[in-house]
Amino acid sequence: MSVATTGAQGRIGYEGQDADNPDLQPDKRPSGDNPQEASWLRRARANHLGLKTAPLGIGLLALVVFLYYRSLGLGDSVIQLSSPLQWDTKLWPQTVQHLTIAFWSTVLVVLVAIPLGIALTRPPLRRFGPAIVAVANSGQALPAYGLLIIFLSIMGQGLNTVVVALVVYAILPVLRNTMVGLDGVDRSVIEAGRGMGMTRRQVLTRIELPLAVPVILAGVRVAMILNIGMATLAFLIGGGGLGVTISTGLKLQQDPVLIIGASIVAIVALTFDWIGALAETYLRPKGV
Amino acid sequence: MARPPDRSARTALPTRDRTRDRRMSENADTTLEQNESTTGGAPSPGDRLRKIRLEEVEKRYPGTKQPAVASLTLDVHEGEILVLVGPSGCGKSTTLRLINRMIEPTGGRIFLDDEDVTKANPDKLRRRIGYVIQQIGLFPHQTIAQNIATVPKMLGWDKNRITGRIDELLSVVGLDPDTYRGRYPKELSGGQAQRVGVARALGADPEIMLMDEPFGAIDPITRDRLQNEFLRVQEDLRKTIVFVTHDIDEAIKMGDRIAILGEQSVIRQVDTPERILAFPVDDFVRDFIGEGSTLKGLHFETVDEHVKLEPYPTMHVGDTPTDAAARASEANTDWILLLDEQDHPIRWVAVGDLERGEAVTAESGSEVAAKVSLGATLFEALEQMLISEAAVSPVVRDDGSFYGVVRLTHLNRAIRRARLEAREHYESLEATS
Repeated sequence: MSVATTGAQGRIGYEGQDADNPDLQPDKRPSGDNPQEASWLRRARANHLGLKTAPLGIGLLALVVFLYYRSLGLGDSVIQLSSPLQWDTKLWPQTVQHLTIAFWSTVLVVLVAIPLGIALTRPPLRRFGPAIVAVANSGQALPAYGLLIIFLSIMGQGLNTVVVALVVYAILPVLRNTMVGLDGVDRSVIEAGRGMGMTRRQVLTRIELPLAVPVILAGVRVAMILNIGMATLAFLIGGGGLGVTISTGLKLQQDPVLIIGASIVAIVALTFDWIGALAETYLRPKGV
Repeated sequence: MARPPDRSARTALPTRDRTRDRRMSENADTTLEQNESTTGGAPSPGDRLRKIRLEEVEKRYPGTKQPAVASLTLDVHEGEILVLVGPSGCGKSTTLRLINRMIEPTGGRIFLDDEDVTKANPDKLRRRIGYVIQQIGLFPHQTIAQNIATVPKMLGWDKNRITGRIDELLSVVGLDPDTYRGRYPKELSGGQAQRVGVARALGADPEIMLMDEPFGAIDPITRDRLQNEFLRVQEDLRKTIVFVTHDIDEAIKMGDRIAILGEQSVIRQVDTPERILAFPVDDFVRDFIGEGSTLKGLHFETVDEHVKLEPYPTMHVGDTPTDAAARASEANTDWILLLDEQDHPIRWVAVGDLERGEAVTAESGSEVAAKVSLGATLFEALEQMLISEAAVSPVVRDDGSFYGVVRLTHLNRAIRRARLEAREHYESLEATS
């Protein structure tokens, strides 16, 4: 491998020759010089495969759940089964509520964590980085249930309380990934940018952030999935969501209710994970 | 000039072409003034145009006793390559980065074109100065064209001008614009990437370039080629370049002048490479340039300039062998050089064979395997001498006809003269200061 590369470089130097020499076209060159690059290439390929098959799988799951739902014969069943499974008045509004909670908490996480992550990688605040990450860590280390109760005691019942609690819970992955992503930008690239007279802000917006996008997006994706999962607990403090259906199934000992509720959460989570994967793939800067 | 074409690829020893040597000797005229100014004397008005001046520049990091750069005064002249060379950790990179204020000096002043830039806006200052680093630092998410356009864009050039400039620069560094402008850095080999790095630094046509071990991370063969091409490009561009390296051979090859730096970036000697090789001022410099400095010095002496070539007994195919033998014994040589009709040297014929009266044909004796042209360096002459039958190096004119020979005594004389000149130069400096 190394021999082949050196040979290519040696010949590339001849002016005019390299341009038309098909042997030396980069796509023909062995692309595995750098194991890191190779591993992400492999991962990217796997991603693309997953991206294409995931909607099929999700659709299949949805179909199975739908057929199961139909087979329950809700018209003739006992009230304990039919009432919580009404689509128009129960399941659909709960799904919307669930998504609302997840959406706003994710948006707020992004709005708080990314600027915070940027600030904590700038020289004046860099030394506070570890401390803040530790605090964010504790947010995630606390049991989610406990976190909800704490915010319930501070802010009372309702959707807003849930959203705030989820922001605290899910801030860590985005904050940490923002910092890791920005710190992971090759120092020599920044040095070159500064050395050419780019201001700190230009280096941040034109070089560091674009290069950190894949890592930051991965963090956002994790936060989003966390939030969709945790929104299932929102019913505990009157926040609604699909957790209501799941809890009803448990309380009334109606397994079909439990299964339908949990399945819808799963379908929602998988769908948004797929959207996140799409974003990660297509928002990745070219050439990286 | 008849330089074996593959030599530059095989050896890390310095090689120079003729034009460059001529330029070197022009530069030599100015070194006296240069040395005065670097040893503290007042610069004379006839001084070559000073492009960069560091005046008692100092860098002291908080919490350290010793400054990283201690009171450095150095002039860089317009259109020259000044190489900063020294052992690792001597502060040469720091010194370079003080010039574009990537590192802020804690004392002293920096002038560009006699303008004090010590307090100027560093971002604007850097846009006037090309900057090439060993790690290259191409922006991986931008195409080659976008990379090269970085500084022109910041300076607000219009689109057409930038596009034209990108293509022009890619051609200058030997990359085909159509092939490369749309590629991303990860699609380039190390050598190609550094070509782009140089093109990017030249983006807005800065007058000054700072290069921090630009070819340090490139394999030796490609490095040598890049060095040669860069020198060729510099012939046209005549940028003022400060070049940092830890490799004395690279310094000798690239530098119009070399500043050898010791601890804390103290200048131990600053002069043309040939004079440093001929006369290292102290043990530090002598140790640093290492063994073989005499041989390296031969790169800076050419066959036509100072060497008085000697005649050598020659003969043509039809000549009487005994006459030729008589000529050879008169000249006190064991060999006679056989020339063809155009006076091109073709064979070495042993005098013993002639004395036996053997007829001389174009196949007599042994082939002249090695000859040098007028204007070749003495280093090449020495190489040819070592493989020559008669232990001399035949010199031919541009048309290939025989001109004379170089003997070992020529090299010996040239080296000793270079040393003497350098010594006298430094003695006269001492006398005036």
